[in-house]
Amino acid sequence: MNIQVKFFAQLKEKLGCGELTLSFPSESVTVSEVKSALSSKGSVWQKSLADGHVLMAVNHDLVVESFSVEDGDEVAFFPPVTGG
Amino acid sequence: MVVVQEADFDLAVEYQKLTENNAQDGAVVTFIGRVRDFNQGQGVTGLTLEHYPGMTEKALKGIEQKAKERWPINRVTIIHRVGSLKICDQIVFVGISSPHRESAFAATEFIMDYLKNDAPFWKKETTKQGCHWVEAQQKDKDALKKW
Repeated sequence: MNIQVKFFAQLKEKLGCGELTLSFPSESVTVSEVKSALSSKGSVWQKSLADGHVLMAVNHDLVVESFSVEDGDEVAFFPPVTGG
Repeated sequence: MVVVQEADFDLAVEYQKLTENNAQDGAVVTFIGRVRDFNQGQGVTGLTLEHYPGMTEKALKGIEQKAKERWPINRVTIIHRVGSLKICDQIVFVGISSPHRESAFAATEFIMDYLKNDAPFWKKETTKQGCHWVEAQQKDKDALKKW
């Protein structure tokens, strides 16, 4: 299965990446597994995503790490929000 | 109504939308957030607002819905600007009409508190020393405890 992954704000700057596609052999993975796959891309990725403050969303809803991701889903990682 | 836009907004126009042909609501509360010149210890000259298109609108609509389930409010307008802003520019507008003021005041504060925590906007401030991302504050997180 393939998923789209997006990054925003300081996380996007640190990673030098706003968006990428990830492929997994299984039909479903958890957000935590998505994080692990991204972390294997290098130490900056590992360190940036290990930050406990990083928020996660699937298909535009905030989720926790155990949330299940399926083919075609859009996953996003971003720092705590500062609007308003 | 939820709007995310680069353009500025006009309080008088928004007040008109909340009140025209609306005889049932005796209370209208509006809130406007602006860019201030000093934040987190540094002089600010401007800021850029990044957001997550699609999720931003969905998050704000969800917050509006939660407020409507909780209080007898009728018309709700949430406008949030994105892009480059200068000092004193307007950033965010929340306007609510309701038969009574208690609901309108409470729902306005509720929407701002949740917007500050759940809507994917990020501020990058420009100062004389350069640019930096604004840090999220614990007090904004703590504000949710009262709801």
